[in-house]
Amino acid sequence: MKRGVPLIITFVVGTVLIFSVFIPPMENLGENFTLFFDIIAVFAFFLGGGNLLRVHLTKLTRRKRDWEYSIVTIVGFFFMLACGLFKIGNPGDISASLTAEGSWFQTIYDNVFVPLGSTMYALLAFFVASASYRAFRAKNREATILLIAAFIILLGRTPLGTFVTGWIPDSFSVLQIPNLAIWIMNSPNLAGQRAIMIGIGLGVVSMSLRLILGIERTYLGGEDK
Amino acid sequence: MMNAFTPPLALALVDIGRIISLTLIAAGLLWLFIRAIKLKEVERRVIFLFIFISVAAPILFPTVFKEKATPVVKAVFDKIESLPPGSKVLLSYDFDPAMAPEVQPMADAFSRHCLVKGHKIIYMCLFATGQGQFTRTMENVIRPEFPEKIDGVDYVNIGYKAGNEGVLNVIISDFKKMFPTDVNAVPYDSIEVFKGIRSCKDLDLIISIGGGRPGIKEWVLFVGDPGDVPIATGVAAVVAPQLYPYYPKQLLGLLGGVKGAAEYESELVAHYSRFKDSPTPALLMMGPQTLAHIVIMAFIIIGNVLFIQGRRKEGKR
Amino acid sequence: MKRTTLILMALVVIFFALSWIFKAMAFKGVEEHYILQGFLVTLAAFLTLSIMSFLYKDNPFYKFAEHLFVGISAAFWMSMGFWSTIVGNLFPRLSEGMSNFFKVHYIPGDYNFFFYVPVILGILLLMRLSRNYGWISRWSLAFIVGTTAGLNFIRYLRSDFINQVSSTFVPLLVDWQGIGHFFSSLNLSASGQFIMMLANWVIFLGVMCGIIYFFFSKEHTGLFGRASRVGIWILMITFGASFGYTVMGRISLLVGRITFLFRDWLGLNI
Repeated sequence: MKRGVPLIITFVVGTVLIFSVFIPPMENLGENFTLFFDIIAVFAFFLGGGNLLRVHLTKLTRRKRDWEYSIVTIVGFFFMLACGLFKIGNPGDISASLTAEGSWFQTIYDNVFVPLGSTMYALLAFFVASASYRAFRAKNREATILLIAAFIILLGRTPLGTFVTGWIPDSFSVLQIPNLAIWIMNSPNLAGQRAIMIGIGLGVVSMSLRLILGIERTYLGGEDK
Repeated sequence: MMNAFTPPLALALVDIGRIISLTLIAAGLLWLFIRAIKLKEVERRVIFLFIFISVAAPILFPTVFKEKATPVVKAVFDKIESLPPGSKVLLSYDFDPAMAPEVQPMADAFSRHCLVKGHKIIYMCLFATGQGQFTRTMENVIRPEFPEKIDGVDYVNIGYKAGNEGVLNVIISDFKKMFPTDVNAVPYDSIEVFKGIRSCKDLDLIISIGGGRPGIKEWVLFVGDPGDVPIATGVAAVVAPQLYPYYPKQLLGLLGGVKGAAEYESELVAHYSRFKDSPTPALLMMGPQTLAHIVIMAFIIIGNVLFIQGRRKEGKR
Repeated sequence: MKRTTLILMALVVIFFALSWIFKAMAFKGVEEHYILQGFLVTLAAFLTLSIMSFLYKDNPFYKFAEHLFVGISAAFWMSMGFWSTIVGNLFPRLSEGMSNFFKVHYIPGDYNFFFYVPVILGILLLMRLSRNYGWISRWSLAFIVGTTAGLNFIRYLRSDFINQVSSTFVPLLVDWQGIGHFFSSLNLSASGQFIMMLANWVIFLGVMCGIIYFFFSKEHTGLFGRASRVGIWILMITFGASFGYTVMGRISLLVGRITFLFRDWLGLNI
């Protein structure tokens, strides 16, 4: 029950989806399976929410370190959930879009979710700058190649590149830094990315096959019953 | 914002501001360089301050550069331009607020271009946040600039569905099965934009705007290649290099980061005079972008001076 | 709490209260709900600055913003998933009554009862929260894993392997139009024969050498080793390009936030 049934489910679903590409009558079944998958994905969101609540309630009741902030998480969670699941503050009726202009849900999205989410990532600009100063060193030939490529791209993707090398005549325009940046992206970068892509592609294909055939079982966890 | 009617005093202030901020940054970098020669490092907060100033100064005292579309960007522009009016274009908002500063300008520019050309747009998203971001396009582009366009007739928003590539695997053969209604619960069959569309294969162009997963890669794998549908993209700079292996066979063109967006905006303004006064956020962002790139390159050089000096000192010992 | 911390917090509260007042005054006559608008812009600025304060060091404002983000985003995804997919795709196939309640279009079908399968699997997935019956969620997990494997198998094989290999076999020689033509146009257009040929050679050899570098079943010595070395160089250029683009991307995000602070919050529109 704990291992056999999941292995059978994975095998059946995986096989159906592969065959649905080759056998048109099976296409509909494949579509339905993916539709089931989409619906289960929403339950996974609920699982995430439930887990978050459990972690923070435990932290709160056991008065663990920084437990006060768990109140913020829980209040924020329930308030957003009320505005979302029950469409509280939505100007339309039950069929109106959840993100309708003027709805509380969209207002919180615009004024809380957006500043928080985007600033979290904006911080990375500072850390990238710090890394450039501390870690980006031409220690050997490989690192120097990386550095030169990065320099050309950094220059070439701004108007500064044109400003510095704009004097080079059109017949030698490939030597202008913006064009050199384009060439790097279209040739060596493409080659390197393609080599990586082929490697990953083969990896995904073999892993998919191992999962479907039940050779790869790590997703079932450690309990062997 | 500066324009032809900006008073001379304000223009002078902007120039003075530019000079002061550039001098400040140059002097600071020189100070860092001298410290590096003396083998003295600086605290990371000083680096943070530099980056803040180099981004903030050009925002306060803006400089707009001219941009010329590169072939990868031009390919997308030309494709939309060459489609006959009434063509069906799908714009997928596959991004969140974290990517929005880079890709929202692209999304708005694509919308402007498609609407002015008279194409019918289907908006959808593989990121739940994409639906909220579409509201921005609605508020900033469609309603103020194209008030004559009607929801359901000229464009439709079918919104978000959970399931990532699972969604694409269904709409490649049956749109209605995945999207029985639009976001306002209007049934699929009564939406005029969908007339003659059964699946993604019936679309003239698909543009995915994003930078994460699910995103353009899934569109290529699950729709573009199996359905032979033309696909283009506008992506955050971080993922743009990874997409070049698809170009031009599997991906007809791509806009990478804010530079790609700026190139598209400039192309749009050059072709359509009605957009001369429309916001061009990406073009404006190229000022801070340029200065920040210079500062980061200076950091790399200074860091390497530190490294070389350190090695030399070790050698002497 | 220390006295200095309390004073600091009080100052922050006063500062943002003043911001609210000034913003509301600025919106008066422009926005209908100017007090609310003033509050919302101030709140967004407060949250932006709270996250940015982490650059100095970890502090209560950052922790507050971080915890709020976690709670809000979890609820955001749950709500979006519920209304878009459960109400939009599941209820219309399960019951006409429910479809009418949610005012969505009912989709009749002979095999609609099959749609109880994802409901059951979904509920089983939620059992993961239970300590004793958590194992049963493996059934749903198996469905998710099976679907992902089945979907990816063909698509990756076709798009990321076969198509990529086929695109790598590019012409390595161009039509010879004389030495002058060959070298005269060193530009990126089609007329630049030397550049075009060079690009094709770089693509072909670059991909081959890159793959050789990733091939670990044979020792990297001799010709194979040299090819692997070229592979590393190609990969280094690739990583350099990625670094350049990453810098560009991160800076753009910062530009976005600082633009908000200067223009929308402080109203510095020069």
